[in-house]
Amino acid sequence: MKALKLDRNAIGQWLSNMAGERDIYAPASDGPAKGTWTLLTDYSMPEIKPGVPARPVKNFLFPQPETLLKFSIVPTDPDCCLPSEPEENGRKNVVFGVRPCDARSIGLNALACKADTYYQANMDKNAIIGLTCSQVCSTCFCSETGGSPMGTEGCDVSLTEIDGRYIARAMTERGEELLALAESFGKEVTDSDFSAVEALEERARSGSDEIRNPEEQLRKKDLMELYNAPFWQELADRCINCGACTFLCPTCYCFDIQDETLHGKGRRIRCQDSCMFPLFTLHASGHNPRGQKIQRVRNRFMHKMKYFPDRFGPISCVGCGRCVRDCPVNIDIREVMRSLLNFHDMGSVTP
Amino acid sequence: MSSIKNPYRPYPARLDNIKVETEDGNLKTFRIVLEDKADREAWKHTAGQFAMLSLAGKGEIPIGIASSPTEEGHLLFTVNRAGVVTTALHNMNEGDRIGVRGPLGNGFPVDTELKGKNIVIIAGGFAFTTLRATLIYMLEHRQDYGKITVIYGARTPGMLLYRDELEKWQARDDVDIHVTIDREAPGWDGLVGFVPTIAGQVAPSPDNAAALICGPPIMIKFTMPPLEEIGWTDDQVYLSLENRMKCGIGICGHCSVGPVYVCHDGPVFTRSQVQKLPIEY
Amino acid sequence: MSTVNEKITEKIRSEAQRLLSTGEVAAFIGYEAGSLPMSVRPFVARKQEDASRLVWNSFCVLNLANYLPALLKSFEPPRRPGDPPPEGPLPKVGILATGCWSRNIVVQIKENQVDRDRVVIVGVPSRGMVSARKVKEAVGERDIQTCIEEDHSLKICGEGFEQELNRWDVVRDNCKTCVHPDPVIYDILIGDPAGERQVQDRFAQVDEIEHKSLEERWNWFADSFSSCVRCYACRNACPLCYCPTCFVDDSRPQWVGKSTEQTDTMLFHILRAYHCAGRCTDCGSCESVCPVGIPMRLLTKKLNKDVLEMYGSEAGMSLDEPLPLTTYNPADPQGFVLTEKSEKGGDR
Repeated sequence: MKALKLDRNAIGQWLSNMAGERDIYAPASDGPAKGTWTLLTDYSMPEIKPGVPARPVKNFLFPQPETLLKFSIVPTDPDCCLPSEPEENGRKNVVFGVRPCDARSIGLNALACKADTYYQANMDKNAIIGLTCSQVCSTCFCSETGGSPMGTEGCDVSLTEIDGRYIARAMTERGEELLALAESFGKEVTDSDFSAVEALEERARSGSDEIRNPEEQLRKKDLMELYNAPFWQELADRCINCGACTFLCPTCYCFDIQDETLHGKGRRIRCQDSCMFPLFTLHASGHNPRGQKIQRVRNRFMHKMKYFPDRFGPISCVGCGRCVRDCPVNIDIREVMRSLLNFHDMGSVTP
Repeated sequence: MSSIKNPYRPYPARLDNIKVETEDGNLKTFRIVLEDKADREAWKHTAGQFAMLSLAGKGEIPIGIASSPTEEGHLLFTVNRAGVVTTALHNMNEGDRIGVRGPLGNGFPVDTELKGKNIVIIAGGFAFTTLRATLIYMLEHRQDYGKITVIYGARTPGMLLYRDELEKWQARDDVDIHVTIDREAPGWDGLVGFVPTIAGQVAPSPDNAAALICGPPIMIKFTMPPLEEIGWTDDQVYLSLENRMKCGIGICGHCSVGPVYVCHDGPVFTRSQVQKLPIEY
Repeated sequence: MSTVNEKITEKIRSEAQRLLSTGEVAAFIGYEAGSLPMSVRPFVARKQEDASRLVWNSFCVLNLANYLPALLKSFEPPRRPGDPPPEGPLPKVGILATGCWSRNIVVQIKENQVDRDRVVIVGVPSRGMVSARKVKEAVGERDIQTCIEEDHSLKICGEGFEQELNRWDVVRDNCKTCVHPDPVIYDILIGDPAGERQVQDRFAQVDEIEHKSLEERWNWFADSFSSCVRCYACRNACPLCYCPTCFVDDSRPQWVGKSTEQTDTMLFHILRAYHCAGRCTDCGSCESVCPVGIPMRLLTKKLNKDVLEMYGSEAGMSLDEPLPLTTYNPADPQGFVLTEKSEKGGDR
């Protein structure tokens, strides 16, 4: 696969070349939009702070809201109530500076979204340029979830900073095409550059994380025993049942579908939804299968740590630490993961 | 869009006929015909599956398919008026356009596990719909099944679904139909008593048999003990679960019960499968 | 270590231990240490051993009154709507309360969500809580690994940096403009009363926005609220929000759309703020818990200002005072009624 060495100026030039055919997004580093992914208009290397930006990359895969179908509701219209897909403008994106955890989430969500043509189309629409992490923040735990600060999964091109320059490695065919746009000015990657990257990879692998491959251990555990474990009550006591964790989580993909109408036109949209909300499961009869707060808190963690691995293999968490950082009541998924891993039927919990 | 068919796009269809089923007017059966010939020809479902009825501007609602795959050319949906979309549907007229997305879910294993078995169908209230589809399918393939017993109950005679058909089936000698109402009612000379009681009295043999049970959770709960007493086991009992649904294809998360999506992996489960899941339905 | 906090923590623990061990309360709502620097977690102590987990510091930003109605209800025998209230005394709950939290408990009592006889209020005069967001900004958004709180300063450390901040500099805006730091209602008071504070320009933040032109105000509103993710942390952290079905969750009719488009987001925030009018104590919970830093507190602060100016009322100051917006008085001002003649809401 192609690899190039780019300094900050070269990155700017590369962005400018890519901007010809694609819109380029990167996390804003300040202003009211700080932490959100914004359209670049100035093609210089964006300032990207250590750790993950406030918003996950999932909003490119699940635009908020996403119009699934549009239709007319004018009775005299022959196409009245006949839904059709919205026209696409055909414009594609580059999402720049995606951290390995976020990039990895795209593939994890795709496991659940195989049949979802919109998700598949959005994967096709958005090229991911990753940026590996030289600093692991105090809320980061990607290595404990099966990822790595040097991870490239989900990236079309992966950038690694070495002494102020970036080693850009194409990871996919699309990445090759994009990186070709820097070929004329990018420098050759030397053997010592490659060894530097390898050294970083090796350092990431040999980290002192207590947890490795949690999915294997979790898959072996009995579902109902974990479900009935005693530690959920304390979490429910303090959880305020907001959706901060789910909406900022890169691997929470649940959604709601709603119809909206205005002046004879209608659209069927999907918006992110949260299993933390009572409405999520409420039947029209008034019956609510997860009417209790404890059921909802438990569901989110069980989905990530048990239901998802049972169904798809890996756990549905990439260790970005956003929920740890932003939970209003300091519910720390790392502790929950340990509680689940350490739980043996007798109710012994190591916090 | 990619080359796979968009699973969120409903087939255009027309409301062909609307029939009020119950005396309170809250249940209507909608006969729906897909507008495009190609869609009609491609449509294949199994008894027990459901579809999303799509009302542009109002939303979608998952409804069990009440017609048997053997009833060609149209689909039947018996709908209880409960929420926003079902209320809007009840207010629609014959000839109006509607969308149908499906068929969705697994359905009863009528062509596999249930073949060659004695079948006991137990239904309460308006949960009889997909069991009507199942019964008709089985009667059309009568030689594939052993003895067929139906126990069906409603609050009052006026709340029974498909009354004309019930009479026809009762007149047949290759199916054993027990229709019951909760309390004595003027003009009713049939069985009186709750479904679990009647199930206990009929006491269908569990030998080489399967029971398909649909009804309110409380009915299912009380129907099990009399069956268990005479030797029925959980893997002989098929239930159809209901949960709030949005996508209908096992993604959006609303209907999830543990690792299972009711819309995609169900709605039909054996009772032994259900017993391994959290009670979140 | 902060000696002030240490002393308060000690007293909280001993009071909670006493209340739980004597059985006076079935549960005690406080805070325990969190897993991150600058974090504490609300904690429901149910056994006397739990009391030793309770802590107090400048990061207790979430209003604990938020938990009170539901926790009280959890100790009641289940009953359906219309059933008579249970007979006999029901278990009590202990709760920590600063000035604003205690005022929220007053509001809850007056709105029949909380039975005064079932609550043991342990009052703690507030020194003002710290905004973690301000601290993060002060250290240039670097990753904070430890935060040590002294009485008047915070020592912040991370990879390759160490910084000392003046505590008051990073206290939350609502606390800085608070005039009632002492609990207005309590059964036990911990620490010395702080006394009514004199604050110049309590509503300076609101005035600043009011002085903007219509267009500037709109732009302020649009920009500041654009990053809302509709997670409802603000609503769920609010002790005023106890409706069994919130207007945003109602589907018959659906009052507000579900998307994060401007119309839906703005409508949600405006409606939420209005539901707090005359009831909000400016406790700052909403703003503190917002994961994306939206200043929604300024909307309720504006309404607090209006209610104070028009009705001379501040929420929850006394159990005897009528609730301003649910009590009819012929002398109530009507200047807010827009007429053809009135341009900007008429006379005040």
